Amino acid sequence: MKIARRSTPAWFERLPLHTAVVAIALLWTLPTAGLLISSFRRKDALLQNGWWTVFQHPFDLAQFHIGNYVDVLASQGMGQAFLNSLVISIPATVIPISIATFAAYALAWMQFPGRQALFVAIVGLLVVPLQMTLIPVLRAYNELGLAGSFLAVWLAHTGYGLPLGIYLLRNYIGSLPRDLIEAAAVDGASHLKIFMRLIVPLSMPAIASFAVFQFLWVWNDLLVALVYLGGNQDVAPVTLVLRNLVGDRGQDWHLLTAGAFISMVVPLAVFFALQRYFVRGLLAGSVKG
Amino acid sequence: MTDNLLRILMAVIAIATGSIGTFAIFYGLNLLVEKLPRIWKERLLPWVYMGPAVLMLTAYLVLPTLRTLYISFFDSRSEKFVGLKNYAFALTNPDMVIAFRNNLLWLVLVSGLSVGLGLIIAVLVDRVKYESAAKSLIFLPMAISFVGASVIWRFIYAFKPAGSDQIGLLNAVRQTFGLDPLGWLIERDGLLEPVWETLKVPSIDALPTLLPLNTLALIAIMVWLQTGFCMVLLSAAVKGIPKDVIEAARIDGANEFQIFRRIIIPMIMPTITVVATTVVVAVLKVFDIVYVMTGGNLDTDVIASRMIKEMFNFRNFGRGSAIATVLLLAVIPVMVTNIRRFTQQEANR
Repeated sequence: MKIARRSTPAWFERLPLHTAVVAIALLWTLPTAGLLISSFRRKDALLQNGWWTVFQHPFDLAQFHIGNYVDVLASQGMGQAFLNSLVISIPATVIPISIATFAAYALAWMQFPGRQALFVAIVGLLVVPLQMTLIPVLRAYNELGLAGSFLAVWLAHTGYGLPLGIYLLRNYIGSLPRDLIEAAAVDGASHLKIFMRLIVPLSMPAIASFAVFQFLWVWNDLLVALVYLGGNQDVAPVTLVLRNLVGDRGQDWHLLTAGAFISMVVPLAVFFALQRYFVRGLLAGSVKG
Repeated sequence: MTDNLLRILMAVIAIATGSIGTFAIFYGLNLLVEKLPRIWKERLLPWVYMGPAVLMLTAYLVLPTLRTLYISFFDSRSEKFVGLKNYAFALTNPDMVIAFRNNLLWLVLVSGLSVGLGLIIAVLVDRVKYESAAKSLIFLPMAISFVGASVIWRFIYAFKPAGSDQIGLLNAVRQTFGLDPLGWLIERDGLLEPVWETLKVPSIDALPTLLPLNTLALIAIMVWLQTGFCMVLLSAAVKGIPKDVIEAARIDGANEFQIFRRIIIPMIMPTITVVATTVVVAVLKVFDIVYVMTGGNLDTDVIASRMIKEMFNFRNFGRGSAIATVLLLAVIPVMVTNIRRFTQQEANR
């Protein structure tokens, strides 16, 4: 019926819409695509002309090589940094998850004085700028001899990630059906049993969301690593090494492009594999500070 | 090599202590408390569950925040009380004034552009079949670190003298149109300066330049990163609008623009507010982009990067703390709104 009234074909009317959507999507992808293509180009070619010139002879595979990656991984410390990033990110994700899940359960299903006030305080802590904590924590670390160690960043990321974790998990765990938990309690299950057998398995989607969010947050972090790890190159994560590379070898585009891509591989993989959880964590965590 | 093996071993141990360890602590304490008389058990058990969290939050957020407030009233080495001197510095020093101007630009432009673009894209992609693919591509930068994004954009802004082949995308585009290449990250002159000149408007040099090019170039990076985030949240809200409302308006003769302006925007206003505040909080604390791209040179500093400069480069802990406190004051309205929203939500539970 509708179509009969139209004088032009539907696809023609929708042409501006399609053009706009495709153009925006391309525009947003272009910067990353340019980086990826450049990271495979030879050093002199990179400095001679733009990456888009590879499309003049797209089938000339000789213009690409993986030498930049070999260079930056081996001689610029990127390989080491990649390992450090993993060593930093995994514990800094696992520790806050376990602490936050226990706390979220207590806040949702246990009775104790000050419960509500405590949760309000946690909501308030969500947006406190990290900058507020850097100087005192760094000083304490210096006195304890913790500065420049993995332990320092694991604990710091745990502290900084907890408000979001508790907030997110408490909202999820608090929305589980009351009957279920009361029935288990009537059956004589202890809190620990209810927690391990019922709460943790049921909360897996929320735990996964927080895990993805926290992992990416830690992996992509520069500030915490910069302040608490300082100049200790042995423990520096990819972000820190990449930033030093920009400072020292700012015109060596063959190293910068490959290095940047190495730092992005893990987040991009997580993004594509776990986009659903990532979005959910983002939606819930849109208040994080 | 053995060094790396040691590292991996350490990571494994850390993961083990982190997960199994914390569970073991909880389990052990739980057993201990279970042995107590019933009345004590019920009083203590919640604190076994809450304890580690409260401890970490106090040690890493509450106490340091109070301590920073305290030392913001002391001199650079926190030895002599100086009253409000650091705050006077934070609010009147010429470099700080520039940082405030830049932060204001960042706030207005990043929140305005990324929310605006995010909304337009959300409405547009809602009407095409390849919606999820288009959304993924626009959302992708969200997964990239600020440092990674900075390298990507440094490459786009790359500058070579006029006459040679440009390797930076933007300058290559300029060259195609016969324009001279620009030092995007160096030019601190206002974008509107040539306009004033041709219009022969009397010089307003006394004021800090409006819209300096290098700061705009940095802001573009943040817009690129945040638009996807705004789009995803706003798209969820747009999909939540009942189809019959829009259909009814269409039957009444409303055109697509009127539907957007009069129905979609008002109906998703609450989401727009939440998204905008989130972007505002993120922008207030932006530090990495400035630090990596320009190091805050050439008048590109923002408040958060000034704070790090005072703390690291100048070792002035008093001033650094005062600047951090200014940041905290700036997010307090958001904090209050969050708490209020949360208490309402709890009351309805």
